[in-house]
Amino acid sequence: MPYSEAQVDQTRTLDAIGTWLWKFFEWFGDLALFCGRLARSAVTPPYEIREFIHQFDELGSKSLPLVALAGAATGIVLTLSTRDSLIRFGAKSFLPAVVIFSIIKESGPIITALVVSGRAAAGIGAELGAMKVTEQIDAMEASAVNPFNFLVATRVLACMLMLPLLTLVADFFGILMGWAANTAAEPISLQLFIHAGFKNVTFNDFLPPTLKTIVFGLLIGVISCFQGMNARGGTQGVERAATNSVVLASLFIILADVLLVRLILVFFS
Amino acid sequence: MPSRDAKVDTKKNTPPVRVESLSKSFGKQVVLKRISLEVGLGETLSVLGRSGTGKSVLLKLIIGLHKPDSGSIRVNGRDVTKLTLKELNEVRKKVGFLFQQAALYDSLTIEENVGFPLRRHSNLSGEQSRKRVRDLLASVGMEKDAHKLPGELSGGMQKRVGLARALALEPDILLFDEPTAGLDPITAAEIDDLILRLQKERHMTSVVVTHDIHSARAVSDRVALMRDGQFLIEGTFEDLQKSRDPFVVQFLGGS
Repeated sequence: MPYSEAQVDQTRTLDAIGTWLWKFFEWFGDLALFCGRLARSAVTPPYEIREFIHQFDELGSKSLPLVALAGAATGIVLTLSTRDSLIRFGAKSFLPAVVIFSIIKESGPIITALVVSGRAAAGIGAELGAMKVTEQIDAMEASAVNPFNFLVATRVLACMLMLPLLTLVADFFGILMGWAANTAAEPISLQLFIHAGFKNVTFNDFLPPTLKTIVFGLLIGVISCFQGMNARGGTQGVERAATNSVVLASLFIILADVLLVRLILVFFS
Repeated sequence: MPSRDAKVDTKKNTPPVRVESLSKSFGKQVVLKRISLEVGLGETLSVLGRSGTGKSVLLKLIIGLHKPDSGSIRVNGRDVTKLTLKELNEVRKKVGFLFQQAALYDSLTIEENVGFPLRRHSNLSGEQSRKRVRDLLASVGMEKDAHKLPGELSGGMQKRVGLARALALEPDILLFDEPTAGLDPITAAEIDDLILRLQKERHMTSVVVTHDIHSARAVSDRVALMRDGQFLIEGTFEDLQKSRDPFVVQFLGGS
């Protein structure tokens, strides 16, 4: 008995969903294997200290201006928008505290992670992708050098350790420009702004949110290296690796942030 | 198994490269079908065939960059399909590989590219290492370009540097993946001369994968022609020329 058109359409849809689900789980499986290999490489000599320092320096120096600018912009926007609302509720004196709490607890870390994700993840994805499609990674393996030690572990570790430092930079410029934006509307000394803002800040408000960026760094490093090391098909493959690195790293950062904020509230509130 | 160099007696030694019943597929595409080959000490074997017949895959299998589906690959007597990564890396240190596009590291200078394996695997001091790099670059006629980046070099120059890098750890075996592909005839002949000179000076065992008949004729002791993942014919270049097989005749048509 021949199938009706509706039945054929239904089968095709189910087939497409099945294929998508298969690819989805396959991707996570490959990522898990990649992480396993990375973990082994990270604790197995030789440790590529020189390459790590190079990557650390590269990541920091290239991301610093962008992070500082993004932090400054966040400080200004937060101040301008919050100030208006606080005036309406007669709570203008809380402005420094609201701005500083907001920056150190959430805006600074997440903005830093997203900016570095855009800057570094694309760079790492494209660089490793280009190395993969031009057989440079094969050449490294053929020279008896483990590319996981040399290329992946160094980049992931650099991302993990650099993110908290860059977050401090974003926090600093955010608070400074928050004060500047407030002073433009109503002059207040920096000392008073800082004093009022930090009066009730504890280490639990500052340290866990700053250190959670280590996880963001891990995500940026792992996802971009994974995409780069699995690039295929010439320049298009490199482009795909770069784009997917940014998109997936940003997405995973946002999802991880939801989880981490909840965990920080449970353990450090 | 004839050898160009009379000093080399292949029969007394284990062949540096021995492949037995090797098969490899990528998904549904069967690339190599139970192929076997042996390369004697100091011998140069050229593997000929059309593009996409699995010649480069064979080289990557020999150095352990791919895992075979079945069969064994013995390099200097060790089965690379059964080694741990650490053991495999020990074998790799004794095998040089010249990639099709040279595969030089973009971000490193020519000097750093050649010094890359030395920095990791030799006990040479900084000055000794630099001297060795200079000597290697001089042996391929690239000493004047030591501070350039790979992007600043022509295809032929990149191949020369790739060859210097492949020689850095003084390997016993050299694998060449299309050494003359994409080069003009004069540069290709220069690369062939360079390969011949290095073979003569260093008595290395070589496997050359190519579809360039002139190059194969110039550098090989023996040739093997691949078709559909199998060796169709194996012997000296003269044996190939004597063959009446239509594919062999067609393949050699231009020579």
